Amino acid sequence: MIISVASGKGGTGKTTIAVNLALSLDNVQLLDCDVEEPNAHIFLKPEIKEKIPAFIPIPKIDEVKCNICGKCREVCAYHAIAVIPSSDGDKGSVLIFPHLCHGCGACSLLCPQNAIREVNKEIGVVEIGTAQSTQFVHGRLNVGEIMSPPLIRQVEDHIDPAKTVIIDAPPGTSCPVIAAVKKSDYCILVTEPTPFGLNDLVLAVEVLRKLKIPFGVIINRSDIGDDEVDKYCQDNKIRILLRIPFDREIALLYSRGIPLVQEKPEYKEKFRRMFDVITKEMS
Amino acid sequence: MKQIVVISGKGGTGKTILTASFAALAKNKIMVDCDVDAADLHLLLHPTVKERYEFKSGKTAKLNKKICTQCGKCIALCRFDAISDNFAVDPISCEGCGLCSLICPVGAITMKENTAGEWFISDTKYGAFVHAKLGIAEENSGKLVAKIRQVAKEIAERDRLDYVIVDGPPGIGCPVIASLSGVDCAVVVTEPTLSGLHDAKRVIEVCTHFKVPVKMVINKYDLNIDVTQKIEAYCRSGNIEIAGRIIFDSSVPRTLVKGITAIEGASEEVIKEIKDIWEKIFT
Repeated sequence: MIISVASGKGGTGKTTIAVNLALSLDNVQLLDCDVEEPNAHIFLKPEIKEKIPAFIPIPKIDEVKCNICGKCREVCAYHAIAVIPSSDGDKGSVLIFPHLCHGCGACSLLCPQNAIREVNKEIGVVEIGTAQSTQFVHGRLNVGEIMSPPLIRQVEDHIDPAKTVIIDAPPGTSCPVIAAVKKSDYCILVTEPTPFGLNDLVLAVEVLRKLKIPFGVIINRSDIGDDEVDKYCQDNKIRILLRIPFDREIALLYSRGIPLVQEKPEYKEKFRRMFDVITKEMS
Repeated sequence: MKQIVVISGKGGTGKTILTASFAALAKNKIMVDCDVDAADLHLLLHPTVKERYEFKSGKTAKLNKKICTQCGKCIALCRFDAISDNFAVDPISCEGCGLCSLICPVGAITMKENTAGEWFISDTKYGAFVHAKLGIAEENSGKLVAKIRQVAKEIAERDRLDYVIVDGPPGIGCPVIASLSGVDCAVVVTEPTLSGLHDAKRVIEVCTHFKVPVKMVINKYDLNIDVTQKIEAYCRSGNIEIAGRIIFDSSVPRTLVKGITAIEGASEEVIKEIKDIWEKIFT
């Protein structure tokens, strides 16, 4: 089973839930798909055994074959190609903007002169390792790169279906989140009981309904705000899987990069029971 | 006119609370919420929408099954696995490259423009506010960010405003870079946790990459003084200005629940700290 942990709003406790759920179960693989700001490794301290550079294909023009016909610019939906037409005996040229390229392959496939081939551009790295008995995979997007979904997909290429897979997703509701949660069988939404938490929870719920992924909610720091999240979940028949009250000790453990279940083993039992509830719902 | 963006790398460190406080403190300014897929600033600024616009961006493939001969060329060539084995387009996976429509031998696929969201020009008691709502599971958040920043800048120039104050998204990817380009100063809000430090470092690298000056704010600094000192040491070693610290205080989430800015309802100490930060950034 693949369980993703997502949230809408950032900083609600996704990584805490993903890491501690992983440490409470057997035969687990944890994938940190927040490739812009991965944090799970801070808590798991995995021994990294393999580093695989992540690439996306971008076009490269063969200037000898290219006759500046402009077809590539015309077919590129992302405005990643500009053509400087020939003038005064100058042949003209084709400019590529790699940051805008989505790697769809249209230009290379449709070039009438066969003058475009694809070359790899590195956008980040996938790192694989182990932390105690947990298998660990994460991606790190290079600074200055804008497109995280291809890297997220490359992290997910390492999913081991023989294990319970836990995916730590990025915050938000747009393409990176969708790339991260799309393959999951179940999604845990982590929120906090404030108007911000509720607003972003509602958006995340809409995303999951659109993707048709079953989900439940964890209310973290459950006593810091109001009861509007509770009401929303009740009205919309959304299961509340767990409530974690605010506890300065938990916040301190988090700040030091220490997994909650390591110091407060009673939470192991809570996470296991929650996992049983999810498994039951899914069967 | 100066443009200032509040970012953090890690989510949930207090970007929106700080931006709203600046909105309450600064004079002659316009606010922009660039966290377009999980926007929260409106929950504190209570805007009255004056103008509303559709955000059209990107396209989605539409396959006409009456014309389709099921040759399978589109399935074979689509890099985004957006066409299923039974020739249905998955609009969520489709990235709108249009390759399928260009190579379909019988012209069964057309590209339809998406309405990817909405954006608004609003009035608030603190001044004008430009904000947006990205459609559920839509792409192109970077383009929407660029659009609303452009609109805000034009209003600021027209009305001779002194500041554009931008609430940025978490992460380091596409919408963050769109929020950051060309601003005069990035306020990086972090928290004294190892994750907060890790993520702040990455977002500062992005700022450096795009040559944007950084001013650092450490929120909830007393949660872990050791890590706060680590962050401050990191700033000093990298010549990064520290704009100030804000204490961890339960009066802050209470202002969220009330829907007011921290300046209007947090403890005296918090208000003073934020005012000092504001002085350092805006003078």
